[in-house]
Amino acid sequence: MKIRVWPCPGKDGPGEEFALTAGPEDAQAVLIVPALFEEANRTRRLLAQTMRRLAAHGIASVLPDLPGCNESVAPLECQDVASWRAAMAAAAQHFGTSRVLCLRGGAILAPPALPGWWLEPLGGSAALRHLVRARIVASKEAGLPEKSDALMARGRKSGLELAGYRLSAAMIRDLEGSDLPPPSPAVALLALADVRGSALWLRSEPGEDAGMAEALAATIAPVMA
Amino acid sequence: MSEDMAVKADDTDALLRAILHDVLGLAPAQIAWFDTDTGLFGALPELDSMAVVGLLTEMEDRLGIVIEDDEVDGELLETYGNLVAFAEAKRA
Repeated sequence: MKIRVWPCPGKDGPGEEFALTAGPEDAQAVLIVPALFEEANRTRRLLAQTMRRLAAHGIASVLPDLPGCNESVAPLECQDVASWRAAMAAAAQHFGTSRVLCLRGGAILAPPALPGWWLEPLGGSAALRHLVRARIVASKEAGLPEKSDALMARGRKSGLELAGYRLSAAMIRDLEGSDLPPPSPAVALLALADVRGSALWLRSEPGEDAGMAEALAATIAPVMA
Repeated sequence: MSEDMAVKADDTDALLRAILHDVLGLAPAQIAWFDTDTGLFGALPELDSMAVVGLLTEMEDRLGIVIEDDEVDGELLETYGNLVAFAEAKRA
């Protein structure tokens, strides 16, 4: 597996981001759009294992960083859903990917022209609700209870730090307004049962599921070949 | 308790155990030992505040209930029995 650099559009002009890549360089490649925020950390190992399994099937794959996340040096507080969509479109173009696998909230960032798979997709508003709830649980524990209505009103105006993620007002408003789009006929919806998997994104500690990675790869490989 | 309620209560308990398995990654054998006095928040290292969020969200989705922010307090998550009683009351 290799880390490769790709040109990514940014608000202050073009920049560079990293992507984890696997598989033969001259093969058809699948773009992998990660889950959002904390769920991305909990599922990165699953995605890396899936990429290794895909490579064993002779399929290439690319897992780009969302700007502001993972190894990215771009500030997260300057990102919004539009900048993340533009980034995923740029990655798809740079690496010439022909299909896309989206995990959870990554589904709202999928380049619309690419056919592919959405695994247990989650809308932006639901992803945001998880983060707000995490903050409310944590602040209650700290003895300083907060209300979600007041938090959201503040977030829409001036941004919020949620579960350690500093989100811009634009990101809050974008997530709130981005329900899961109706998938095009070219998108196959995958549920946990389809890949005999476990909900690793719900766990507080990052885990792994080799059987799920193989089942995902086995779903994708015949279509890519 | 009517027969209907008994059936529903059994269902809630089984669903909650399945959710705890998925959210916390605990072995089914460990969850099978849970009884009404089993401690949750503060007793299970797997159940931190982020995991609480996953637990509540999955409860909403799988039990078809809505949990308000101010219903989430230390008491709700103190024991497994409290969690089952809360879920059963919500579903009633």
